Formats: sequence, structure tokens, C-alpha cells
Amino acid sequence: MIYKKLTYNKLTFDLDKNNLKKNILLCSYFSKEGHVPSALSILDILDVLYDRFINLSKLKKQSLDRDYFILSKGHGCLALYSVFLKYGLISSKTLFKFCNKDSALGGHPDSTKLKYIEASTGSLGHGLPFSLGISYAKKIKNLGGSVFTLIGDGECNEGTIWESAMIASHHSLNNLICLIDYNKSTNKFLNIDSLYKKFKSFGWSVDEINGHNKNQIVNSLKKKSNLPRVIICNTIKGKGVNFMENNPEWHHKSLTKEELLKIL
Amino acid sequence: MRKQFVNTIKKIIKKNKNLFIILCDIGVFGFREIFQKFNKQIINIGILEQSTISFSAGLSKCGFIPVVHTIAPFLVERALEQIKIDYGYQKLRGNLVSVGGSYDYSLLGCTHHCPGDINILKSIPEIEIIVPGCSKEFDKLFKLLYSNKKLTYFRLSETENFIENEVEPYKLKILKKGTKGTIIAIGPVLNLLKKEVNSFDLNILYCTTIKPFDFKTLNKIIKKKEKILIIEPFYKGSVHDAVLQNEKKFLSVKSISIPNKFIYDYGDKKDIDKKIGFSKNKIYKQITTYFNV
Repeated sequence: MIYKKLTYNKLTFDLDKNNLKKNILLCSYFSKEGHVPSALSILDILDVLYDRFINLSKLKKQSLDRDYFILSKGHGCLALYSVFLKYGLISSKTLFKFCNKDSALGGHPDSTKLKYIEASTGSLGHGLPFSLGISYAKKIKNLGGSVFTLIGDGECNEGTIWESAMIASHHSLNNLICLIDYNKSTNKFLNIDSLYKKFKSFGWSVDEINGHNKNQIVNSLKKKSNLPRVIICNTIKGKGVNFMENNPEWHHKSLTKEELLKIL
Repeated sequence: MRKQFVNTIKKIIKKNKNLFIILCDIGVFGFREIFQKFNKQIINIGILEQSTISFSAGLSKCGFIPVVHTIAPFLVERALEQIKIDYGYQKLRGNLVSVGGSYDYSLLGCTHHCPGDINILKSIPEIEIIVPGCSKEFDKLFKLLYSNKKLTYFRLSETENFIENEVEPYKLKILKKGTKGTIIAIGPVLNLLKKEVNSFDLNILYCTTIKPFDFKTLNKIIKKKEKILIIEPFYKGSVHDAVLQNEKKFLSVKSISIPNKFIYDYGDKKDIDKKIGFSKNKIYKQITTYFNV
């Protein structure tokens, strides 16, 4: 795989650290890999998290009292990598190597390759209970910092999500914030409504917001509680690309040059 | 061995503030003193083994040394993917300590049997697998290995060898040297060897570390092409497959192991041993026939 700037009709398209969507699309186009609609679904949430809620200085130092973010739905990782570039955690060169044979960044996050990836995920239902362990460790060691986990609504089919829901409330893990990318990808085959009532009944503090409205994301993340918190983020799978939005055909499909140029 | 497990933890937990015990509602009464004195280092998390493994890996990520304990089928077979990914793939350290391997819980039926644990776990790269033959061996091996950088599986057994051996991690113990062939006995099977076996002109090697297997000692002691007999108290394969993969080829390799069948009978462990041919007399007969001694 050879990565280069994309040129067309004398126009050049290159990575732009502030244009998260473009970076996702370019990486997917060149690598022929990536779950683009899932990445676009969670992009605004991750941008807000790393902009406002994750202490980047502590993250860079790998302090024990740092904030942790675990992308449990690992297939949305292009959003995470793109956000890493924006906030100076990786270089353009690293991002442009996405899925290359010597890349630190693959189709799912790998914690052994890059220290800012807190957990290797991909198989659904692992990230939340793993986050509970971090959250519990922080509690008993009296360490500051929050633990953020992002799971998908489809991921809520997994039993470990509900096992974790019980553990978190039983131990009052109020340093834990679980964000649900609720893009309604599961209801057509297994109806999980209502996540709000379900988490409430498990003893969590529950909030429901528009997962693409940055003000709502910020305001919800600022709230405090003595309980573990879940924020149900209503999102659109493929947000921002008309022909991808809520179209299951695009779940794991790469763009052609024509499709890419049409978007850019 | 279970009592020893508690006693070993009691000794270590005083000194190591990073040790953290996680019980899945099994063995809780045995650990009552530790719950009283070290309540920040132990938890009865509940009956949810998959999340327990992930949770414990999260603790490991933050510097703790987790020790997860429950019954073998629930610890290994139910939570296998969590063990593989959250520990193995992420290279996190931790300890899994099981009870009830094979058919130690013979009265409770097949749901509580687990003769497949070793072969299943062996497939996880870099995991270490320890099968002590008695309590004191467990104590020694656990103390030496629990805080290393690896994921380690310790298999506690109801049956214990009458004699404790001076075992070392990752080493085969040479119990006896001979020239006509080699027996490799794994963990708590030494009581099943009749006294007469000691008079045969055979090597007897004792194995408590299944993975990584000690090929060095094996290759050193075996001078020429000869027969190997492995006595493994679980499904065939744990050491049998390792020996077959050895660079040095042997005349033949045979395994006396637990047959790959569901055991529908009840009765105590000895009843089952007898039924499936895992008894002193049957093993003796197989040794004499195989080695022609």
C-alpha cells in the first residue's frame, strides 16, 4: 500500500488535522479499510471528549491519575485516530499509515502499539467491564481522573454490558461515564428499547442527548453524580455523508475515488 | 490445595499491596479472614465470569496483580475470549486459579467437569500453565510466579501426591533415570504409579509446568530414539502434543489421559478414575505392555 496526497483536476487533497471527517475518508480510501459510518457516528463525541474532558498533559505522561478513554466499539477507530491527530497525539505520517503493514493503527485499536490506546478492542462487550476494573482501581487507590467508555447500541446485545451495569452500580463507580453511540443499528434485528429505562433500573444516572450537538455533549459530560453515569447519544450512522447515512450497505465498505471526490 | 491457596495468599497479601483477589462467589468463606483484614485487596464480585476477567484485566492495567478464582469450567471455558483478548492480546499480567479441574467435582455432574481446561488455554500465546502435584508445590510455584509479567494459570486439584518434590518453575524434575524409555508424569498423578515402576529401567520425569514446556531437560536426558509415555490427568494433548513437536523425534509417544467423552456417572473421584481406566492397576498394565518391562 502506498500513501500519497490525492490529486484530481489540479486539486490536492491531503490530511488536515482540523478536518476530522476528511481524514477518516482519506484513510479509508487509501487503505480500502475502515468502518466509516461508525467512525462518523461517534466523531463529534470523541472530538468533545479530547478537546474538553481528557487531560492531554496527564495522558502524554501516562500518569496513573489520568483520564482514560476506552473505545469499546473498536471498529469506529478511524474517528479515534483522527482525533489523536487533531490533539497532537500522533503525526500525519502515523495516521496516513493506517492499516499499512508496519502501522501502529489498524482496523481495530491495539493497546500494545500506541500508548494512548488504553485497550485493545474489536470483539464487542469487552471495553465496559475492562473500564470498570480501571475505575475500581482508581477508587481504591484514591486516584483522580475519569474513565470514559464508548459502546455501541448493537454492543448492548452482549451480556457483559448488563453484567457490568450491575457491578458498576453496586460499587458506586461514579468516576465512570459510559457513552452509548445510539445510532439505532440494532433495533431492526433485536429491539433493545428503552436503554434509558434499562440503565435507570440498573441504578445508573442516565442522560439522553443529541450525539452530534457539541453543546449538549459538553453539558452532559459536565454533570456530576454519585452513581455511574451513562449518556445515551442519539447519533446517525454515517453522519455527514448523505449516501452513507443509515445505509447498512456502507457498514464496512471503502470509497471509490469518484465517491470520495464527490464528498470532498 | 485450596486451603494452601488461602494460606499462601494470606502470607503474600501482607507484603504486596498490589495483590488483588477476585472471587466469583466461590471459596468466599475460606477467604473470610482476608476479607476482614485486607478488604481493599479482595472482592467477591458475583457470578459473572466473563466480565470478571475483563474487570481484572482493567485492574492489571492500573498496576494491580489480579488473582481470579473460581471453578475451572466457569473460569476457563465460559470466559475464554476475555482471557485471550483482555490478558493475552494486551500482554497484561495476572493469575487465574481454578478448582475442580477434570472431574474433581465428580458428584456434581458434567456441568462442573473440566478435563479440557489445559488444552484450551494452551492455545493462548505466552500464557503459562502450572499444575502442582501437592499443596507445598503450589505454595512454592505460586510465590515464585504470581508477580511475573505473564498471565499464569494455576490448576488446584483435590488429589495430592503423597510425596512433595523439589520443583522449580519451567523445569522437569528428574525423579529417576533409566535407559529403556521415559515416563512423564504430570501434576497429581504420582500416587497412581505402583512402587514396582521404580524398579524398571525407565526415566521418570515429573512435570508441573506445562507451558512453557521444558524441552531442554527432556532432550538432555533422552540419549537415543526411545518410547515416551505421558500420564496427563486431563484430555490428551497438554504435554503429548508438545513432545510430538519436539525437534528430537522419539520412537513413539503415548498418552494415558482422560478420554474425550462426557462422564455421565456420579460417585467419588476414585469411582470415575476406575471406570475410565485412570487407576493404579490399569496404568501399571499400560506401562509394562508399552515398554515391555
